[in-house]
Amino acid sequence: MDMLISILAAAVRSGTPVLYSVAGEMLTERSGVMNLGLEGIMLLGAFAGFSVTQSTGDPAIGLAASFLSGALVTVIHAFLCVTIGANQVVSGLAMSLFGGGMSAMLGRNHIGETIKGLMPFKFPVLGSIPLIGPVFFRHDVLVYASYVLVAAMCFFIFRTRPGMNLRAIVENPRAADAMGLSVRRARYFYTLLGGGLSGLAGGYLSVVYAQMWVEGMTAGRGWIAVALVIFGIWHPLRGMLGCYLFGGIDALQMRIQAAGTSVPAPLLMMLPYLTTLCVLTFISIRKRSGALPGAPASLGVPFRREERD
Amino acid sequence: MSESSAPLVTMSGIDKIFFDKYANRGVDFELERGETHALLGENGAGKTTLMNVLAGIYNPDAGRIYIEGQEARFASPKDAIASGIGMVHQHFMLIPAFTVWENMILGMDSVPFVIDKRNVTAKITELSERYSLPVDPGAKVSTLSIGERQRVELLKMLYREAKVLILDEPTSVLTPRETLDFFSTLRRMTAAGHGIVLISHKIEEVLSIADRMTVLRRGERAATVKSGETRKETLVRMMMGHNPENLRRKRARFGQTVLSCENLSARGDRGAISLRGVSFDLKEGEILGVAGVAGNAQDELCETLAGLRSPDSGKIILRGENVAGMGPREFIERGVSYIPVDRTRTGLVPNMNMRENIALKKYWRKPAARGKFMLDWNFLDDLTRSLAEAYSIQTIPAESPVRALSGGNLQKLMLARELSDKPSVILAMHPVWGLDVGAAGFVRERMMEERGRGAGILFVSDDLDDLFEMSDRIMTIFEGRIMGIADNPSDFSRERIGLLMAGMAV
Repeated sequence: MDMLISILAAAVRSGTPVLYSVAGEMLTERSGVMNLGLEGIMLLGAFAGFSVTQSTGDPAIGLAASFLSGALVTVIHAFLCVTIGANQVVSGLAMSLFGGGMSAMLGRNHIGETIKGLMPFKFPVLGSIPLIGPVFFRHDVLVYASYVLVAAMCFFIFRTRPGMNLRAIVENPRAADAMGLSVRRARYFYTLLGGGLSGLAGGYLSVVYAQMWVEGMTAGRGWIAVALVIFGIWHPLRGMLGCYLFGGIDALQMRIQAAGTSVPAPLLMMLPYLTTLCVLTFISIRKRSGALPGAPASLGVPFRREERD
Repeated sequence: MSESSAPLVTMSGIDKIFFDKYANRGVDFELERGETHALLGENGAGKTTLMNVLAGIYNPDAGRIYIEGQEARFASPKDAIASGIGMVHQHFMLIPAFTVWENMILGMDSVPFVIDKRNVTAKITELSERYSLPVDPGAKVSTLSIGERQRVELLKMLYREAKVLILDEPTSVLTPRETLDFFSTLRRMTAAGHGIVLISHKIEEVLSIADRMTVLRRGERAATVKSGETRKETLVRMMMGHNPENLRRKRARFGQTVLSCENLSARGDRGAISLRGVSFDLKEGEILGVAGVAGNAQDELCETLAGLRSPDSGKIILRGENVAGMGPREFIERGVSYIPVDRTRTGLVPNMNMRENIALKKYWRKPAARGKFMLDWNFLDDLTRSLAEAYSIQTIPAESPVRALSGGNLQKLMLARELSDKPSVILAMHPVWGLDVGAAGFVRERMMEERGRGAGILFVSDDLDDLFEMSDRIMTIFEGRIMGIADNPSDFSRERIGLLMAGMAV
């Protein structure tokens, strides 16, 4: 039982950085922009968080820097995709490479340095509930904030006016535009917000999770986030589930490694990624048969008002 | 509301330029309260462009707009909506995945942050009763019929308290019967003080509802006339700039049956049966018109007959051979030619140049193919040059992608490719759709020539005038079933086919 609780708690902890990235990407994709640069943005966010926390000694400022750096670097992607109407896949891949390279260069003298980051605390009352308490409410403040974020996103997307506008913009941008919504402004806003959340996801890794800087420390979590958005069929709750699944497998394989086994470690480390691949395949098959809704209609398609068709 | 004497809308000297060509040039237009003002003109005359300028979708390159005497500048559709201008586009601006009430309030800032659904549906119900436009506010738009969607569009404008309603070809999706109902709704709106701009190319309809008409020709205003003071013939002349030339039509010489369908059924894109047991024969030298409101399985019929869609059951017999279940290559090799409605998706590859597009249907066989892997580019170059000349296609550099061509030239290019092999069956879907007068006339004449040569032509259109002019027989399709076939041009009747199009047995 204790073993199970500790794995589940580790699943939440390890899934949370991916969750911030997934939440951000869901907002971005729901506005019609695909951002494949998450991996790079996360890495930049991770380094910004590490470096600012190191120099100020305040992890809160460090995390704010992670968010800001993520949003800031995503301006490039938003400009290319929204204003110029460039190919979003190409731009996203370039962002990913750029973020990876940039963070490696900035951080080359800091590899392995540790910082004093954010510490977990037991959430009052809720933390004392058996099972639920240790799994969900004995973490750090960013984990708690992620619960609020997911709930707020569900309410925002499905219940509020701007949320409805967001859904309309991706389903039929031409119609949304004709009804007086600014497609361009919305796409900029949600792309930058998504970038910021991805930066924060990176910050979580360096400031909270590892509390140190390691080159390439996201280890593909940005790519996993892209996959989990599809797994979550653009619904925040399902996305959250996907993140904890990924986090759970990750936690499990680390326990198995620690317990000592004859299975080579690299094979075990593949497990979370392999699971994501399998689940994605399964989801795509179900989607083809029409059991699940498909991708937002105009995802990845640039919009120009005066283009004649 | 200030009851000034100024017209509801005044547009003066509007210019709009696309790619160095004037879509509108110095156009003046005026709309009074309670007036239905029709904008007439051939395809490409600039009607929709002018109204897109009024609706804030396009920025004019010159000219001024006044709303009730006040000069207005619309930076975006939002500004136009705020000034009381609402446009119902030909392609509806609805979100299919949304419900009616969600579509209704889309983009409205006056709706509170957290939406109060009950408030919205109550207002919709009130409006739909006042203007007798019945809709279910909770229904998903994707489940609604075209007529219902149109009602949602109208209600959407009324919900925004639009004073000016711009309707772009509203009757093109309606049966003749529905059109009558629709017009009585419009009368109710003008009686309530709304001004209506009706964009159309159907003169008879316009004469029955409009108070005034403005005719556009090649982007310029040809005339503005009152409804009682003009005749149909005068309007046609104003639209075309000359007297209409009658299509030269030779007596039909029918040969043997080239294509026959027996009980043909096929599924639509969503997997449900949509073509339901269709049977008919097509003879050499015959044009068989297919009448029907868009979306009644015309696409599925043509795709099945072109081998692009596998039939669920039934036979397709080409010159005595059942080819049902074969692929498009087999159909092409047996002389079936397909002119799809979307030229740039199914018909042509926009990013390839002309000779490559021409090669698409020839590359695997002589004389275009040289050996197993090579193409005879010299042959293709010569062929492309002679086809471009014969079909008077605008010349572009040989390496330029064909997306640089206009719609009319693209259609000619596709026609050139499809007809160059002397097909025995031609499946033509809306072949003159969206073309200007000259290009449309050319396409019609080429079809007639093919008929004279002995090809059997299936001619799908939702324009009855066009069907009456071209067809030797007309079959009407409704929800994937053949409702009836009129065997003789003297039997063609607008009323009868109109009823069949609406699914009523006659």
